[in-house]
Amino acid sequence: MATVLRSETHPGIASYQEVNRDILKILGRPGRGYFLLLAFVLAVLGLGIFAWMVQIVLGIGMAGLRNPVGWGVYITNFVFWVGIAHSGTLISAILYLFRARWRQSIYRASEAMTVFAVMTAGLFPIIHLGRPWIFYYLLPYPNQRQLWPNFRSPLLWDVFAVGTYFTVSATFFYVGMIPDIAAARDATSVRWRKALYSVLSLGWRGTDREWKHFTRAYLYLAALATPLVLSVHSVVSWDFAVSIVPGWHTTIFAPYFVAGAIFSGLAMVITLLVPMRKVFRLEEYFTVHHFESMAKLILLTSFIVVYAYVTEYFMAWYSVEVPERFAFYNRAFGDYWWATWIMLTCNTVVPQLLWLKRVRTSIAALFVISIFINIGMWFERFVIIVTSLAAEYEPWQWGNYQPSWVEMSILAGSFAWFLMWFLLFMRVLPPVSVAELKEVLPAPLRFRRPAGERRP
Amino acid sequence: MNEHVLREPGVLAIYAEVDAAAAAIERLRREGLKDVVVFTPVPRHELEHALHPPESPVRLFTLVGGLTGAATGFALTIYTSWDWPLITGGKPIVSLPPFVIIAFELTILFGALSTVLGLLINARLPRARLRVVYDPSFSVDRFGVFVAPPLAREEQARRIFRETGAVQIRERPEEIRVGTL
Repeated sequence: MATVLRSETHPGIASYQEVNRDILKILGRPGRGYFLLLAFVLAVLGLGIFAWMVQIVLGIGMAGLRNPVGWGVYITNFVFWVGIAHSGTLISAILYLFRARWRQSIYRASEAMTVFAVMTAGLFPIIHLGRPWIFYYLLPYPNQRQLWPNFRSPLLWDVFAVGTYFTVSATFFYVGMIPDIAAARDATSVRWRKALYSVLSLGWRGTDREWKHFTRAYLYLAALATPLVLSVHSVVSWDFAVSIVPGWHTTIFAPYFVAGAIFSGLAMVITLLVPMRKVFRLEEYFTVHHFESMAKLILLTSFIVVYAYVTEYFMAWYSVEVPERFAFYNRAFGDYWWATWIMLTCNTVVPQLLWLKRVRTSIAALFVISIFINIGMWFERFVIIVTSLAAEYEPWQWGNYQPSWVEMSILAGSFAWFLMWFLLFMRVLPPVSVAELKEVLPAPLRFRRPAGERRP
Repeated sequence: MNEHVLREPGVLAIYAEVDAAAAAIERLRREGLKDVVVFTPVPRHELEHALHPPESPVRLFTLVGGLTGAATGFALTIYTSWDWPLITGGKPIVSLPPFVIIAFELTILFGALSTVLGLLINARLPRARLRVVYDPSFSVDRFGVFVAPPLAREEQARRIFRETGAVQIRERPEEIRVGTL
């Protein structure tokens, strides 16, 4: 008789079989609620697409972008969504390298979030172009004009950073899923699913040869994704830091942006996992311990963000530069004071609640806090971008920015686009890793382990 | 199901416990039946220790891919800058600091893609053969050990499987369709 041991991270899961049953059940036939939600999301996406079409036909003037504010909601959204992506890679790659024992059940959904968030972010520089149909001019390819892109421009670094990030995170996402797709293939009897999973699983059988190379490849992919994720938001921050705009031109931007990205991304993971846990009854999988661990990381990164805010203000004061000092005074007390105070409240005050264990272990409280952080981090990017551009060096050039309905519709559409992919993903591919979860469950054993040996 | 049933010469044992499967592998190897295929739903150290596999060559793919990426990144930026030498901002035509960023990103990109290539080549994926020795329970909670010894030694393999407590022993296991095109 096999000895029954309980996992430390998932005490509620008794056997390997239970994992396959509970996770692959999600890939069943969705109910009416799912289709209603999907229809709503598609309707909002339709609004966004309509707004973009209006902008393409009537011109970029349909956006509220006017001199001097040439970057508005579009670039805010770009930075916001790239930031959201980051924590997925943190959970899937960095925590993997650190052997964190609370990543196994949540990493698949976070990684999916990464891929879809980068897909959303990547749209915005293109939407922001006056002539989006020639976006491919950004790519270095031999052409009749005999022109090459300017590799000294931060905007081109972005093309490489975000392009690489999307390719690598999508690859990492897919490769990690192959054994689970094979498990789904073995479990399903629905014809289209069987065909899809058979192709996507590449004929995976879980042989020793396959696992040996798989585990190595996974390790190296994680090792490559880790410096990549740190580089991507650094490169995004250099879009700002390299220019000589007051409020942007600081060396702290790269670490500040990376910390902010992980901060906002973890909040988004919580926002997505809480409803998923409830609807699919995954309480044994996404345990309170998982949420508490994420809450602790949020608390940590919120302090890095607070530190960056303080440093920015200190450096502005310490520099004795009039435009720099004014830029920060203007942020807090100028025309956009409300945006700044929303950002400060959401990102510095609200996360302090996470000091309390009662809050950290309350799923409902975490859900509410995560939404505040999402809002706060969106406004952080809005504040950085808009307030700095609205009041640069010369007062006669100052001017304010009002987002138009086109921009707001595209903002709503971007959330719909992201959620559409996430909703489709949840029902088509295993949203929780089946194989990796078994790594933190005790293996079925015939004989008891000798005393003193570490429990699985 | 009129399809012709293919059978693979050899013996497939199915285990419910990982330590029993590891014991079987060790005994097979000790008795000279080294050509075993092990099926498992999750990579386990016990099985790896029993098999003594050589180091996976995937790491070489990662290294070569990464270095190729770095070289490509520098070559692309330096060549294109010289192809249209235009001085901007008083900076040199070949401004290495920004080019490092491109080279870094391409290092990661090429390194990751060639790692995946290394995985596919070494693990023989995607499978060209659609019908293979397999059991769907290997993706759930069962561990499989397949061995294809010369006919005279099959009985020996069966004995080892019996003695190590296999739940099921299949002779000349039927091939199952795991791929679809």
